[in-house]
Parts: sequence; structure tokens; C-alpha cells
Amino acid sequence: MDSLIALLNNFVAQWPTLSTFIGLILLPMLPLIISVAMYVWWERKVIGWMHVRMGPNQVGPLGLAQAFADVFKLLFKEITVPEKASTFLFYLAPLLALAPAMAAWAVVPIGDKLAWSNANAGLLYLLAMTSLGVYGIILAGWASNSKYAFLGAMRSAAQVVSYEIAMGMALVSVLILCGSLNLSDIVDAQAGSKGFLEWFWLPLLPMFVIYFISGVAETNRAPFDVAEGESEIVAGFHVEYSGSAFAIFFLAEYANMILVAFLASILFLGGWLSPVQGWGLGILSAPGWWWLFAKAFLMAFFFLWFRATFPRYRYDQIMRLGWKVFIPITIAWTFVAGCLAYFGGVTIGPGVTP
Amino acid sequence: MNRVLNYVKSLFLLELLQGLWVTGKYFVKPKYTMQYPMEKIPKSNRFRGLHALRRYPNGEERCIACKLCEAVCPALAITIDAAPRASDGQRRTTRYEIDLFKCIFCGFCEESCPVDSIVETDIHEYHFEKRGENILTKDKLLALGDRYEAEIAAARAQDAAYR
Repeated sequence: MDSLIALLNNFVAQWPTLSTFIGLILLPMLPLIISVAMYVWWERKVIGWMHVRMGPNQVGPLGLAQAFADVFKLLFKEITVPEKASTFLFYLAPLLALAPAMAAWAVVPIGDKLAWSNANAGLLYLLAMTSLGVYGIILAGWASNSKYAFLGAMRSAAQVVSYEIAMGMALVSVLILCGSLNLSDIVDAQAGSKGFLEWFWLPLLPMFVIYFISGVAETNRAPFDVAEGESEIVAGFHVEYSGSAFAIFFLAEYANMILVAFLASILFLGGWLSPVQGWGLGILSAPGWWWLFAKAFLMAFFFLWFRATFPRYRYDQIMRLGWKVFIPITIAWTFVAGCLAYFGGVTIGPGVTP
Repeated sequence: MNRVLNYVKSLFLLELLQGLWVTGKYFVKPKYTMQYPMEKIPKSNRFRGLHALRRYPNGEERCIACKLCEAVCPALAITIDAAPRASDGQRRTTRYEIDLFKCIFCGFCEESCPVDSIVETDIHEYHFEKRGENILTKDKLLALGDRYEAEIAAARAQDAAYR
């Protein structure tokens, strides 16, 4: 009893520091969760408009509260665990999917060196975190003790592993050009006087396209959503999940999509740099977080545009695209990027020493 | 040559960009969705909806129990029993029921009626809450006719020249 009181006292004594930590954790998480909700709303709107429909417009003004209504509906529903499911892993899987999707945001800068952790190996950390997300999916499929979930998990595993390589090679070409794994340095390297032509999308155009397509495949989004495959395997890996456990998978998927959109804008579209930088247009040429958010919004819009446009890939075609098209192209262009860096074909912004 | 062309096409994602262009056009296209409960499309005066039994202006019911509607009904949705009326011995229905689950809203009953008694109004927003409410009894049909007589008469007058 005494030890328990001592423990409580200890906890109360440490509360100020603890609450600061919790606040620091919640500070980036809450905006992320809210932007996921808004993104879901925006997705349904955009897809609706592309189908010549209206999209959700009943709950709240313009249907803005639709996502929150859905979230609360899911939170109040029961989580059912299938018989013979591996209960511990079944509950662990959504957390394993969510944690890397949230943790990856620690190194994403929204301004010069303005990140939770201005890590030197930020890009490596990101690559690790985005790859870890697939463990949640595999565990979910395996722990559910369901054929469909298992099939979805297997598909997802093979697909993510294949596209990881192309994605990694695209990142390698970026760091060959700027000579740093630090995300702030990567953006600084794209500064210059020629506006948006200084950004890495121009010398690395095929890599930019491949990075984004791999990002779509990595997050299991249409047209690469065979892991979900509504028409063949019901909902794939999360077929047995309901209620808040399903909501967490949903949250992780959308957080990953937003992450890929942010990374594409940081790595290839100059991050917080203005598209008219160095043209002397006053406030328009000034860098700022709003440029990063605008670019990320555009890239996130492409996710939705793809989903509204393309039918799902056949599975063998996904593998063919990953292994026989993307990997050769990325390897070839890594060589091109090396030549560009060696012979000085790309001007690197001031403040970065490759 | 064709194969090379196809390679170039797929390498530059030309067909995918075409697809994106199509959905992009529809993205900005004005939507013609009708916001149904708030907005409604105008209905034809020939719209065949919920049934009603009409009366003459003096309050006498029109139906004379000729059973033509019952005979013509392709879904056998109408059931009629007839007997002399107690007050004056006229031939009248004692039972006139339409099963709305059977009815296919073809309008034959209205066409066959020699006295314009059974009609189909333009009401299409109705619902049942209990089993058995799908049967429109004579009382319900007459009540519907009394309530919507003005609209029914106006719609019939509009269409009179084409009958």
C-alpha cells in the first residue's frame, strides 16, 4: 500500500514534465487526425464531383461534419474478434499500422529546420517508418484467421516490398543531388534564382513520377488497392475488423497518404520554397509553410484523382510494373543523377555543402 | 514500329493522362443532381400514383360496382363486393380494396371506369408502417378522393382533350 502511494506521489510530482511531453506528442497528432478527417471528406467530395455527383452535403455545412459523424459512429460500434483469431496480435495489428504512420511525422519539416526532430538521417528514418507500416497489415491478415484477410495481407506484403525498392532508389537519386539525408538540407538545396525550375522535379522528372506512383502503391491506394480488393476479397486485410479497430486502420492509411504527399513536395517540389523564388515578387517569392501545404494539398489531390480515374491493376501487372519497369528506370536514372551531380549539371542552393 | 510506339505511349503514361483529363473535365462540370426532398422535378398530369375514389359534386359516390376495374386489373390487386344499398336499394360496393403490394400502377382501372370513379392521383410519396396498411380500403380511397378532389379534377381537365 505504501509503495502504491509512493508511486502515486511520484507520478503527481512528475506531472508537470509528463504533461509537457503529452502536450508535445498531441501537438502534431491532433492536427494530423483532424486533417485526416477533412481529407476523407475532401476525397468523397472530389470523387463525387468526378462522378458528376454532389458528394456528402447533408451533415453540417457542405457536409463538412460527415467525416466526424462517421468517426463517432465507428467509435461506438463493437469490436468483434473472430473465433480462433490470435487475440493479442489481432489487437496489436492496428496499433502497429498506426504507430509508424504517426512516428514518421517526427522528421517532416514545415519550415527551415522546423521539425520535431531535425535528424541528420531523416530520409532514412522516413524510409524505415513507411516500410514498417506493412507489418500492421500483414499481422492483421494473419491474426484474423480468415482466408480473405490472409490473401490481402500476402498481396500487400509482396506489393509493398516490390515498390519499396523503386521508392528507395528514387530517394537515393535525390540524396545524390543534394548530398544530405537531412530533409531541411534537401529543401535548401532546391533554393535558387530560377523559381520552380530549381526544384528537383526537373532533373529527376522520371524519379518524381515513379516516387509518387510507388507512394500510391505503398499506401495500398487505388489503382494498387489489391490488398483491399473489395470486389474479390471483400476488404482484404481488415475484413474482420470493426468499430474503432477499423477506424485506426483507416486513420493510418490516410495519414500515410498525407505523408507521401508531403514527402513528394519536400523532396521534389521544393518544400516551403516559393515557385517564383528569386524573381523578386516580394511576398510571393518568400518561402513559407503555406507553399509546402499548398503543394502537399495538390499531391494529395492526385491520390483522389487517381482513385476516381483508374481501374484496379491486375496483380501480375502490378508486379511487372514494379520489377520490370520501375526498378530498371530508377537504376538508370540514379546513374544519370550521379552524372548530373558529378559534372555539375544541377545547381545546389546556398547553405548546403554536398 | 507499332510496338515501339506502344512502348513510348506507355512509358510517357499518355493513356493514363487521357483518363485523368476526362475525369478532370467532369470534376469542374456543373452537377445536375436534384436535391430531392428540397427540390422536386415537375410531374406530368398523367402521372399514375396512389389511387382514390371520387364523388359527384353533390356528395354521391361515383362507383356503381360494375367491377370493370376488378376484371381488367392485370395484377388482381382489386377486390370488390357489391350489394344493394340499405337506404335506397341502389347497386353499390360494400367492399372496395386495392392491394398496393400487388398493384403495378398501370392505370387500366382508371381507363376502364365508365363513371371516372377510380382514379390514380399524382401522389407518390407515401409509406406503410404496419402490416395490412398496404390494403387501401373503400373508406381510405374515398377519403383520398375527398381530400385531393381539386387536384384530381384539374389534372383530368388538362387531359380531357386527349382522352
